[in-house]
Amino acid sequence: MRYMSGCFCAPPVAFLASKCLQLLPIITIPTALLALLAGCSGGVLDPQGPIGAADNKILFNALGIVLAIVGPTIVAVLIFAWWFRASNTRARYLPDWVFSGRIELLSWGIPLLIIVFLGGVIWVGAHQLDPYRPIASQNKSINVQVVSLDWKWLFIYPDHGIASVNELVVPAGVPVHFSLTSASVMNMFFVPQLGSMIMTMNGMVTQLYLQADQAGDFYGESTQYSGEGFSGMNFVLRAVPQDEFERWVAAARQSGPELDRASYIAVSQQSQNVRPFTYRVVDPNLFDEIVTRRIPPGPGPQAGRGGPSVHPRAEH
Amino acid sequence: MLGKLTLQAIPFDHPVPLFAGSFVVLVVLCVVVWIALKGYVPYLWREWITSVDHKRIGVMYVLLACLMMLRGFIDAIMMRSQQTFAFHAAGYLPPEHFDQIFSAHGTIMIFFAAMPFMIGLMNFAVPLQLGVRDVAFPTLNNTSFWLTCVGALLINLSLLVGEFARTGWIPYPPLSELTYSPGVGVDYYLWSLLISGVGTLLTGINFVTTILKIRAPGMSYTRMPMFCWTALASNLLIVAAFPILTATLAMLTLDRYLGFHFFSNEAGGNPMMFVNLIWAWGHPEVYILVLPAFGIFAEVISTFSNRPLFGYRSMVIATMAFVIVTYTVWLHHFFTMGAGADVNGIFGIATTIIGLITGVKVFNWLFTMYGGRIVFASPMLWSIGFLVTFCIGGVTGMLLAVPPADFLVHNSTFLVAHFHNVIIGGVIFAGFAGLTYWFPKAFGFRLDEGWGKAAFWLTLIGFYVVFVPLYITGLQGMPRRMQHYDFALWHPWIVAAAFGIVLLFCAMVCQVIQLRVSIRHRDELRDDTGDPWNGRSLEWATASPAPAFNFAVLPRVHGAEPYWEIKRRAIETQQTAEPQYEPIELSRNSPVGVITAFFAFFVGFAMIWHIWWMAILGVVGAYAAFVWFAWRDVEDYTISAAEVAQLDRARRRVHEEWLTQHARELA
Repeated sequence: MRYMSGCFCAPPVAFLASKCLQLLPIITIPTALLALLAGCSGGVLDPQGPIGAADNKILFNALGIVLAIVGPTIVAVLIFAWWFRASNTRARYLPDWVFSGRIELLSWGIPLLIIVFLGGVIWVGAHQLDPYRPIASQNKSINVQVVSLDWKWLFIYPDHGIASVNELVVPAGVPVHFSLTSASVMNMFFVPQLGSMIMTMNGMVTQLYLQADQAGDFYGESTQYSGEGFSGMNFVLRAVPQDEFERWVAAARQSGPELDRASYIAVSQQSQNVRPFTYRVVDPNLFDEIVTRRIPPGPGPQAGRGGPSVHPRAEH
Repeated sequence: MLGKLTLQAIPFDHPVPLFAGSFVVLVVLCVVVWIALKGYVPYLWREWITSVDHKRIGVMYVLLACLMMLRGFIDAIMMRSQQTFAFHAAGYLPPEHFDQIFSAHGTIMIFFAAMPFMIGLMNFAVPLQLGVRDVAFPTLNNTSFWLTCVGALLINLSLLVGEFARTGWIPYPPLSELTYSPGVGVDYYLWSLLISGVGTLLTGINFVTTILKIRAPGMSYTRMPMFCWTALASNLLIVAAFPILTATLAMLTLDRYLGFHFFSNEAGGNPMMFVNLIWAWGHPEVYILVLPAFGIFAEVISTFSNRPLFGYRSMVIATMAFVIVTYTVWLHHFFTMGAGADVNGIFGIATTIIGLITGVKVFNWLFTMYGGRIVFASPMLWSIGFLVTFCIGGVTGMLLAVPPADFLVHNSTFLVAHFHNVIIGGVIFAGFAGLTYWFPKAFGFRLDEGWGKAAFWLTLIGFYVVFVPLYITGLQGMPRRMQHYDFALWHPWIVAAAFGIVLLFCAMVCQVIQLRVSIRHRDELRDDTGDPWNGRSLEWATASPAPAFNFAVLPRVHGAEPYWEIKRRAIETQQTAEPQYEPIELSRNSPVGVITAFFAFFVGFAMIWHIWWMAILGVVGAYAAFVWFAWRDVEDYTISAAEVAQLDRARRRVHEEWLTQHARELA
């Protein structure tokens, strides 16, 4: 009797199924509640653009697929543990039962089915939401070159010949094509409400397309720890109507310093919690020179090199 | 003369590390003085420090793990409290200190808490379960332990002398290169892991050899307990993965010390090469930790359900599948690199296969409970807590495996909550389950159940109170490693998480009280039979605490649950024949491990501070100790058959009482 068939467990399974249905709200309600709590809050579950919305759809599809199996499994763990407690005389005892072909089939088959579904979501999702894939739109996309500095963000508008630090103004409803690199260490560019984050690396360019559907201010940040000033490396992405964007560009052209090689090297020194400002004119080759390292990478901290100081601090 | 080392290395202007470091030094000094005054030094040296007994080494590993877990936990308290105070404020930890704390927390918890915890339990239980007297290379085992200790010591030394890395526990270049981290912090990280990594690799070799070559007569592969299988898988992973770690860190070391350009921004270096290499170690590392944990749960669930493990062969296949699949998924740690849709898609799908084989294991544990008579002792509570918690961690893990979903929550506190979900819920729960389960085998008495259950419930609830809020802030876009923030929505959740830390602290206090209470009541908690849980595998076939030679007579194995069958047969036949005792040969204790580690410590310390003469002396010393050991001319020592018989008599007497008792029950 070492190997029994699985059929004898039908009544308990029916019992379990009914219990599962009763317990299902216990699992689903908190999950839904969590989603609500996090969702109405300006986080990633409150998307304001097509990429964020599509990322979210994939997230919830995947969650649904996985919960379909894991939810009942958790319930079954609790029910099995309770029902087969040593003091329960109604529960049957199977001291030698070690194999059941049917259960083996299920325990390999169900997860396999789930990963087939999930694999499909992954493959399709990875392609549809490849950050390098342009957003289909009637509007022509605008270009923004992003350079992560220690510890602030430099945004260059090559189409408009201006640049800004820690402030990103874009027209609402228009796709934005970002080309991103880093002046020194790695960072990660992320506007939670618009979706998909991407890394910035020195000597390399990554691409990202985002769009804000409506006007609004969105919090932007780095999600890759990059040193002492990391926590202050935030910016506001202001999505504004097209005419206001043009007014902003015109205003930026009127004031502020020039961004050339020398002023870039000055701004790429380490500094923290930098207030937003704009450059009225930009050297058109600057981004290429940063990427190809014709301008050397950011210098790092000035203190602590060679000497005895082992607690180097960046200049605040 | 002393390289970069000057008095400035002591952080006189940083009150927090200065106070903490001085306090630790004071406590250590007090303990040392107390030991010396009590006259325990020769005993400790003879019986523990130089011991090559796998059980004692296992106990020392677990002790190291618990101490380091305490250190890492204090770091966690500091991080949670800093973030609680740092809303629209600077908090009490400046960035240069906060950054060291989260780097040290990760490094210590993974390398010096979770790893030694699992390695310690493997050390203790695997040879017993295999029914043998020791591991393949007992002296090497001792050396591994002390090399691990050197790593732990160096990291903790950085608290008081110099600084620790401010790069995160995986020091991504170029941030970890000399240009951006000129201090000694990264060097502390590198040398402590280079040295302890050697120890870990030696452990891996030792256990693979032991499990493949030394087993009790009759114990074929398919009769090995599940914990031995997962230990085999885990150690195979160590052997294959740790050289990658060592090589990668060695390349970073060359960059920092000799101006190489493997990972630098300049001269053709490529930082992403480091990221790929380190995760080619880093993902297998996850399974190095969690596979032994799976094994512990298999043993515990089967024992306390009073049932054999369901689907043994499936479990073995799933376990060994991990060893291969885990090398094909490393890129999911950086989907956001921008590698392209095909690459991300393939690595995403490969990751789901991990989900498949984990799912199989969960189902098999589930059906091990089915039809059982479950006793809710605290190891079983940890196991049920694990099943529920790990499933939730699995859900969030599967979400992170989907590239577009990962693009939303990568490097957020959601990610932090996910890996704590699987590492605490998997590895740490297993550690405590295993500790409670095997404690009587090590010390001869059980741990107090009341305090143990209190610790379990507080840990479980505290875990959720800390990490559910972190899941939520992650979904609200909060990155990990924030020293301060101004985003109002995160703040209430961060405060909630800090409250959870208080619960976890209470849980830790319960664990300490549990140990104290158990020692005080050890006579009531005494395990006379050597089989306190009605166990099924061979470690329960010998006395508690297990004698140095483990088994008076090597057991013969006839099935997958040898001790269960021995017990059954004994009840049926009502006899336990007097075994034929033979003399037993055992390895002599050796100080070579601790001497090598002593010199290795000076190599590490000297390299960190550029004290070249000391580094050379250290290498020469360590090498000389090794050569001295290799040329030694000492025989192993032998315990005579009469002595074995006498030592085994007490156990046999209890056994016969047990037998008559069961005979009465049958009648």
